[in-house]
Amino acid sequence: MADETPKPEELIQIDHRPPKTDWMEVPVNIRKGMYCYASNPKSVEYVGLPHAREWNPLDEDWKLPENWQEIIHEGFKERLEKFRSFKVFMDICVRCGACADKCHYFIGTGDPKNMPVLRAELLRSVYRNDFTRMGKILGKVNGARPMTVDVLKEWWYYLFQCTECRRCSVFCPYGIDTAEITIMGRELLNLLGLNIDWIATPVANCYRTGNHLGIQPHAFKDMLDFFVEDIEEVTSVQVDYSINKKGADILFITPSGDVFADPGTYTAMGYLMLFHYLKEKYGLDVTWSTYGSEGGNFGFFTSHETMKRLNAKMYAEAKRLGVKWILGGECGHMWRVINQYMDTMNGPADFLEEPVSPITGTKFENAKSNKMVHIAEFTSDLIMHGKLELDLSRNDHLKVTFHDSCNPARGMGIFEEPRYIINHVCNNFYEMPANTIRENTFCCGSGAGLNAGENMELRMAGGLPRANAVKYVHEKYGVNMLACICAIDRAALPSLMEYWVPEVDVTGVHELVANALIMPGENERATDLRREDITGREGVEKVEEGESEGESEEQADE
Amino acid sequence: MNLRYTIPLIAVIVLFLIAFLGAQVPGLQYVFGVVIPYLALITFVLGFAYRVIGWSRSAVPFKIPTTAGQQKSLPWIKHSKFDCPANTWQVVVRMALEILTFRSLFRNTRMKLKEGARISYQLELFLWVGALAFHYAFLVVLIRHLRFFIEPVPFVVQLIENVDSFFRMEIIYPVFKFGLPGVFISGFVLLAAVSYLFLRRLFVHQVKYISIASDYFPLFLIFGIALSGIFMRYVTKVDVTAVKELTMGLVTFQPTIPAGVDAVFFVHIFFVSILLAYFPFSKLMHLGGVFLSPTRNMTTDTRVRRHINPWNYPVPVHTYDEYEDEFREKMVEAGLPVEKMPQPAPAEEPASDSEPEQEEQKE
Repeated sequence: MADETPKPEELIQIDHRPPKTDWMEVPVNIRKGMYCYASNPKSVEYVGLPHAREWNPLDEDWKLPENWQEIIHEGFKERLEKFRSFKVFMDICVRCGACADKCHYFIGTGDPKNMPVLRAELLRSVYRNDFTRMGKILGKVNGARPMTVDVLKEWWYYLFQCTECRRCSVFCPYGIDTAEITIMGRELLNLLGLNIDWIATPVANCYRTGNHLGIQPHAFKDMLDFFVEDIEEVTSVQVDYSINKKGADILFITPSGDVFADPGTYTAMGYLMLFHYLKEKYGLDVTWSTYGSEGGNFGFFTSHETMKRLNAKMYAEAKRLGVKWILGGECGHMWRVINQYMDTMNGPADFLEEPVSPITGTKFENAKSNKMVHIAEFTSDLIMHGKLELDLSRNDHLKVTFHDSCNPARGMGIFEEPRYIINHVCNNFYEMPANTIRENTFCCGSGAGLNAGENMELRMAGGLPRANAVKYVHEKYGVNMLACICAIDRAALPSLMEYWVPEVDVTGVHELVANALIMPGENERATDLRREDITGREGVEKVEEGESEGESEEQADE
Repeated sequence: MNLRYTIPLIAVIVLFLIAFLGAQVPGLQYVFGVVIPYLALITFVLGFAYRVIGWSRSAVPFKIPTTAGQQKSLPWIKHSKFDCPANTWQVVVRMALEILTFRSLFRNTRMKLKEGARISYQLELFLWVGALAFHYAFLVVLIRHLRFFIEPVPFVVQLIENVDSFFRMEIIYPVFKFGLPGVFISGFVLLAAVSYLFLRRLFVHQVKYISIASDYFPLFLIFGIALSGIFMRYVTKVDVTAVKELTMGLVTFQPTIPAGVDAVFFVHIFFVSILLAYFPFSKLMHLGGVFLSPTRNMTTDTRVRRHINPWNYPVPVHTYDEYEDEFREKMVEAGLPVEKMPQPAPAEEPASDSEPEQEEQKE
C-alpha cells in the first residue's frame, strides 16, 4: 500500500478550485488509498449490529438489504427527532462558505466534497428531498435529490473522510458541527452494515477483551511486565504496579494503543514510572484494569449506542474494584466521550467519590459529577504543588512543540494543562503558529477510526496542514519532537512526520515527564526512555542492553 | 447558464411584474396592499413558530458545546469564560457575542498554498464586515419602518432616523432629486451589502460551487425590496401620507387603499410579503436556529453536572463476569486476581461469593 502512495512532491500539487460541473453531477469515485476496507462480517456480527456480510466498496453491488432506502429514511427521521443538533444543522446552514477551507481534508486534497459545508450537503440534499416541501418542489436547483445507491456510496466515501475534528464548527457562525453530521451519517450507514473494518474490528475486540487491539488479560500483563524491564534498564529502578486490584485508590484507564506500539509505549512507561513514584513517595495506590483496558472508544465512530456499550465498562470496573475515582490517560476521542457523553450515558457514578488528589488535596471540582480526571490535570496539579522532583535537563536533547489533539481541544478545552506540564519538564518548548494550535488545531488526519494502512494517501493529505505547521517550527527553531496527548496521534503522527517532516519524532507528554522524573533509588540516567543519549550525559555509563527480552519472557511465564 | 441563480432571478422579475402590473388594476390593489400582506404575516408568524417548536421538540441527548477556549479546571489555570462557558451567564455572553457581533465569523481565515509548499492562514474579514453591514443595515431599515406602523412615531425610531440620515448630500436634477428628503444611509448600505453577498457567491469559486437557488433567491428579493424602497423615496417620491394611511389601516385592522399610492409601493410591499412568507421555510430561519445551536448554547460543565438524556435506554453490555468466564484460566495462570477461582473438573456447588483469593501479581 505504502508504495502506491504518491510522493510528497506529488501530493502537494493541490488544486483548490472546484470543477465546472455541478457537484451533484460528479459521480463518486472510490479511489484506492483514500478509503478503508469494509468491515469484517464476523466483527459486525459479534456485537450484534445489523446486516453483517462480506462486501467490497469497489464492487458495483454492495449487497444492500432489499428495503435499504426505507431503513435510511426511517433512520434519518428517527435521528431528527432524537438529536436537535442534527435537525437544526440540517435546517440553518446559509452556505456562507466560512468553513470551506478550514477542513484539513479539503486543504490536503482539494476535493470540494471535503469542504465541510458540502459534506453536510451530501446529507442535506436527501433531507431536503425527503423532509421539506421546498426541496420536493424545486428539486435539484434547490439542492435536493432522492436517495440512490450512488448517493449512498458518496455518503460512505466522504463520511469516512471526516475525522470528526470539529475545526469547522469553531468557524461556523451557527456552530454547525460537521462531526455531528458525520456521526449521524455513520450511524445510518451502520444500519446497512456499511462500516469500515478499522472501526468494526476494534469495536468487537473491545467488547470482548476490553480493548481495541484484542489483547487478552494475561498478554496485557505481559506487556506491562516488558515495560517494567525496559524501565529498569534505563533507570535501574524496578517499578511496581497493580492490575485488577480491588480497593485501590484510583483506577487508571488509558488507550490500549499505548500499551501496544511505539512511541505510545514510552508514554505507557511514563505512567508506570509516575505511579511508582507516587506510590513510593506518597503511598498512592493506582490500579490498571484488563477488563477496562481501553480508554478509547471506537463505538463513538459507529453509533451512539455502540459508544455507550463500550463505555459502560469504565464505571462498571470502577464499581467492581471499589476505587474512589477514575484517572484517564492521554487520549483524544476518549476524552470527548468521557467529557461530554459518559456521565449522561452511563452515570450517575454515585458509587464513586468526588475526585480529590490524595497528594495535594486538590479537589477536582470540574470532575465532580462524572468522577474522572484527566492525567494532564492530575500531573499539572502535582507539579504546581511541587510534588514531583524533576530534572529538566534530561529533555535537553529535545526541542518540543505541542499538537493540540482535536477532541481534547474542541470537545473539552484542555489547553493549558499539557503546556504547563511540558514547560515544567522541558527547557525547549516552541509553539506552532497560532492559527494551527489550540481551538484552531489541525487534525492528525487519521482520527475517527481512519488510521488504517490502506488509506495512506488520505491520511498523508489530511495531515498536511498539521505537518506543514510542524515543518515551520522545525525549520525555524529546530524542533525535533512533537508532543501530544492522544494515542491515535501517537499511532498516526509518526508516519505523517516521516512523510512530510522526517526529522521530527512523536511523544506523549508523560514520556517527557518520565524522562525528567527523578525516581527514588535511580541511577544517573545516560539515556532517555528511547535509549537516546541525553545532552551532557555522554560520559555516563549505559546499562547494557540485550538481556531484556529473555528475562522478561521468563518472568511472564511464571 | 447556471439555473441555480437564473431561476431565482427570473422568479423575482416575475414577482415584480405581477405586482407592478397587478397594481394598475384598481380592484387588485386591495389584494396586493391588504390581503397578501395579511396572509404573509400570518404565514410568517405561524411558520416561524412551527419551525422553532419543531426544533424544540427534538431532544438534546448530549451536551456537545464546541469548546473554543480553556476549560474551567484547576483554580490557577485561567479559564476562557466566553469561549468555553461554564455557567449559564457565560453562555449568555457567548451567545450575545455570536448573535450580535458574529464572533465565529470574526475568526475567519483564508488558506493559501504558497510556493515551496507553505500553507498560510490569513485573517479574512470581508465576509464578517459584509455580514455585519447587511444584518445591521437591515435592522435599522426595519426599525425605521416602524414609523409606518406606530402613531405617534416613537422617540427611538426618530433617534435612529436622525442618526441614519446624518449624512446629507443634495443633488437636484430634473429627474433625480437626491438629498431631499434626508438620505438614509442604511438603505444604501443594505443594497451594497446584498450586492456584495451576491457577487461573492458569483465569483468566489468555492462559494459558487455550494450555492443553490435558495441562497440566491432571498438575495435578489432583498435587493428588490431595497431598490424599490430607495426608488420610492428618492425618485418617484411616493405619497408618504397615503402610504401611512394604508399601513396604519393594516395595523388597526381597518384596511383601506387610499388614492395616489404609487405602483412601486405595491411592488415593495409585495416583495416584503413574499419574503415574510418565504422566511420560515428557508435558510433564513438561521435567525431562530442560531439560538438553538447545541454547540453554542450549552455550558461546558459536562463533568460537573450530569446532563440527562430523555431517551437514554439500557443497552447490552459485555459484563465483567462474562469476560472473566472466557479468560479465567489465562488470568489465573498469569497471576491476575479473579472473582471466581476455576472449578476443578467434577461439578461442585457454585463458587461462594466470599472474597476470592486476591493475589498480588507481584512476587
